[in-house]
Amino acid sequence: MPENQYDVAILGGGPAGYVAGIRAAQLGLRPCVVERDRLGGVCLNLGCIPSKALIHQADLFASTAALEEMGIAVDRSGFSYRKVFERSRQVADRMSAGVNYLLKKNRVDVLHGTGRIVGRNTIALQDGTKVHGRNILVATGSRPRELPGFPFDGHTVISSDDALMATALPGKMLILGGGAIGCEFAHILAGFGCGVTLVELQEQLLPLEDVDSASIVTRSFRRRGITVLTRTRATAMERLETGARVRLETEGEKAEELITDQILVVVGRVPNTAGIGLESVGLGLQRGFIAVGDYYQTEVAGIYAAGDVIDSPLLAHLASKEAEVAVEHMAGRPTPRRIDPGAVPAAVYCEPQVASFGLSEKRAQAEGIPFEKAVFPFRAVGKAVSIGKHEGQVKVLVDPGTHEILGAHIVGESAPELVHELLLARTAELLPEDIARMIHVHPTLSEAVMEAMRAVEGWAIHM
Amino acid sequence: MATAVIMPKAGMSMESGTVVRWLKKVGDPVKVGEPLLEITTDKVDMEVEAETSGHLLCILKDQGEQVPVTQPIGYIGTSAELGKSVAELQGSSVGGAAGAPTAPAAEAASKPAVGEAAAAAGAQRVPSTPAARRRAGELGIDLAQVNPTGPNGEVKLRDVTSAAAENRVRMSPLARRVAEREGRSLSGVSGSGPGGRILLADLAPPPPPPAIPEVAPASPQPVAAPGETRTPVSGKRKVIAERLSRSMFTAPHYYLRVSVEVDHLLAARDGIGATGRKPSLNAFLMKYAAEAIKRHPALNTSWEGDAIVSRPAIDIGLAVAQADGLITPVVRDCGSKGVLAIDAELQPLVERALAGKLLPAEYSGATFTISNLGSFGIDEFTAIINPPGSAILAVGAIRNEPVIDPAGAVVVRNRMRLTLSCDHRVLDGAVGARFLRFLADVLEDPSRLLL
Repeated sequence: MPENQYDVAILGGGPAGYVAGIRAAQLGLRPCVVERDRLGGVCLNLGCIPSKALIHQADLFASTAALEEMGIAVDRSGFSYRKVFERSRQVADRMSAGVNYLLKKNRVDVLHGTGRIVGRNTIALQDGTKVHGRNILVATGSRPRELPGFPFDGHTVISSDDALMATALPGKMLILGGGAIGCEFAHILAGFGCGVTLVELQEQLLPLEDVDSASIVTRSFRRRGITVLTRTRATAMERLETGARVRLETEGEKAEELITDQILVVVGRVPNTAGIGLESVGLGLQRGFIAVGDYYQTEVAGIYAAGDVIDSPLLAHLASKEAEVAVEHMAGRPTPRRIDPGAVPAAVYCEPQVASFGLSEKRAQAEGIPFEKAVFPFRAVGKAVSIGKHEGQVKVLVDPGTHEILGAHIVGESAPELVHELLLARTAELLPEDIARMIHVHPTLSEAVMEAMRAVEGWAIHM
Repeated sequence: MATAVIMPKAGMSMESGTVVRWLKKVGDPVKVGEPLLEITTDKVDMEVEAETSGHLLCILKDQGEQVPVTQPIGYIGTSAELGKSVAELQGSSVGGAAGAPTAPAAEAASKPAVGEAAAAAGAQRVPSTPAARRRAGELGIDLAQVNPTGPNGEVKLRDVTSAAAENRVRMSPLARRVAEREGRSLSGVSGSGPGGRILLADLAPPPPPPAIPEVAPASPQPVAAPGETRTPVSGKRKVIAERLSRSMFTAPHYYLRVSVEVDHLLAARDGIGATGRKPSLNAFLMKYAAEAIKRHPALNTSWEGDAIVSRPAIDIGLAVAQADGLITPVVRDCGSKGVLAIDAELQPLVERALAGKLLPAEYSGATFTISNLGSFGIDEFTAIINPPGSAILAVGAIRNEPVIDPAGAVVVRNRMRLTLSCDHRVLDGAVGARFLRFLADVLEDPSRLLL
């Protein structure tokens, strides 16, 4: 095969693109990845990974209070957020280098530059280099969405990218958007002692999560001094010498003005579909996204799309899975026809943590889906109490007849790890009694999962 | 001196039998002619009687075990020999029913002597209820592998049933629950999960909801039928399935069809009936087939892998439907018998077949088979060859049909369609065709048999 001829040319080296490259190589295809910035995409460089590094350090910082309770004097005078920031970049750099290594190991060619589709089988780079792929995977991801009236300026009105790259902490931060990203930043900033106001338009924080999970998070945030305003909209902004004055209107209440050092706007993300040459192959957009079929193939033969550029939840692990399916389809391998949306887990790393998949009570009620639910609180779990993480619960929704697991919503310590036992049960079609009867180590947080499953069957022991 | 109890060969085609249950325990005294155990073969259950008196020294093959014919399944001897190892017994033993022990019998007894000795001591007998043992035997389930739930740790019927359900199908717990609740059929379901596991999505779609009658709304809605049910396959059904599949998948079948005018045949039958008992049409067909086979002896052969075996006698089977399966009683040596003699043998055989009372010798070894679905109004069909035969004749219904006679006039005649299925390994097309043409000709004009 000539040097610039590939079985699959992948535009974008994020969680969809780099995974596609490795999977393609595993299946005996010859892949290349075109990346304009750093391998690993938003996830590794400006998202999941560095934010987890910040969260971990914020938790360490906050836990110094516990040391003081033990009588240990803590001197915080040498604290420098820049060190925290640098640590998060080390982590991101290390992970990105890891992706580089994996691609090399799997003989996936990486081309650095901004690529653009110029034909059904061709991607052109800025410098004129062309690569040809029998198939093309568009995995260009997304970027932060702007809020009308609050354009990003990099210092007063900032995006999540800016917030992750900030080397100093603001005194006061107004966060517009109470979704996963907003809640994680509220947790980080409050952990380092910033004054945080968290504003959400809808009636609960984490609108995609279970109502109980959201209210437990809200209660915890308020106890830590975070101002949480729901059903609230930021309607106007006046820039000050430093910071800004923002007008906030809460439904059914008098408008309020608030002065803040910075405004972090995290109201979602927009797909990167412009400037990548989709029009050159006649590929249109649906509501801004690239439309795809069951195997993530677009309406143009040979061109696939996966990750944030298509209309599916903005989750790195989902993007990777979509990319795998797309590549397996290109290779003619058996692959699941469609990812079951009820088996896609999501997680939020605030305090307490949140994780879930599948049916929520809200949707069940809206769509008239019958369900039974079982809830088991962390405060009845020995391990949770002994490590001071008794805030939380496991909620499971099951079919009233068969007890099929329809959804699970965990809030509390290690929720994103705990959710997998239930998710495995759902995907393997195990029943609550299977988990209820399985011996779980004592003491563990997983006992909450076991007890919730026993509660489904009507015989929880510790409740 | 111990005597081996062997798996008897109860019929020509019997290759092995399955122990249903022992009627005696190890150590029990037994008398000549006393029932010793029950076995099941292809098609019947039967008792095995003791060939000698003494004590049952050991049981080598317990319930549910399938054993080739003439292999030892236990030993009878004096009380002094109780507790001896199988090797010792075998050294001193004489054969059972067949007289001298056959070579494979001695071989089988000597090889696994250590394991068998433990069995001989009765130590491994699994406590179980009779119903559980019987069911386990039918399903070929090893009782030792079944989880007992009985009060004294014995295996109960329900344990066998659930073990069978678990063994047979790998499926997700959810799929199993939905299948049970909704009575979904599992036949033909192939699992799409890991290792072929059946998942919910693999189950057949739910039975359509009962249509709501548009009229008579006053009458209460009947309770929805629970839909399909799942019946474990009986031993007999298993045998039928296995035999027919093996025939269909190993013998390359080809099919020949003719339409035959049977006015002569019907007239002859009525003529005989006018003076006495009217023979069945099947007896006539057997006779004609036998005459045709006599003149085409290739039809009386069977494929045995390394040889084609010609049979001296023309033994014709007739497929008979039973409530729970089918069986083919055989009239022996049809070539040397007349229609009346054949009919006289056939009628009681059919009656006993319907009652499930045929002995293996009465239903095995047909060299040719007739399957007649005419009484169901079936015009024509193809049948699966019944081994060891090499051909089967499928007989359709007799219909009045317009026919153009030699003078060019349209006349009404009684006609019947015959389809011959042949095993191409034995019978080439021309051979089958010549036979069927001859059979059709003599059915239309019996006087040809005189030529």
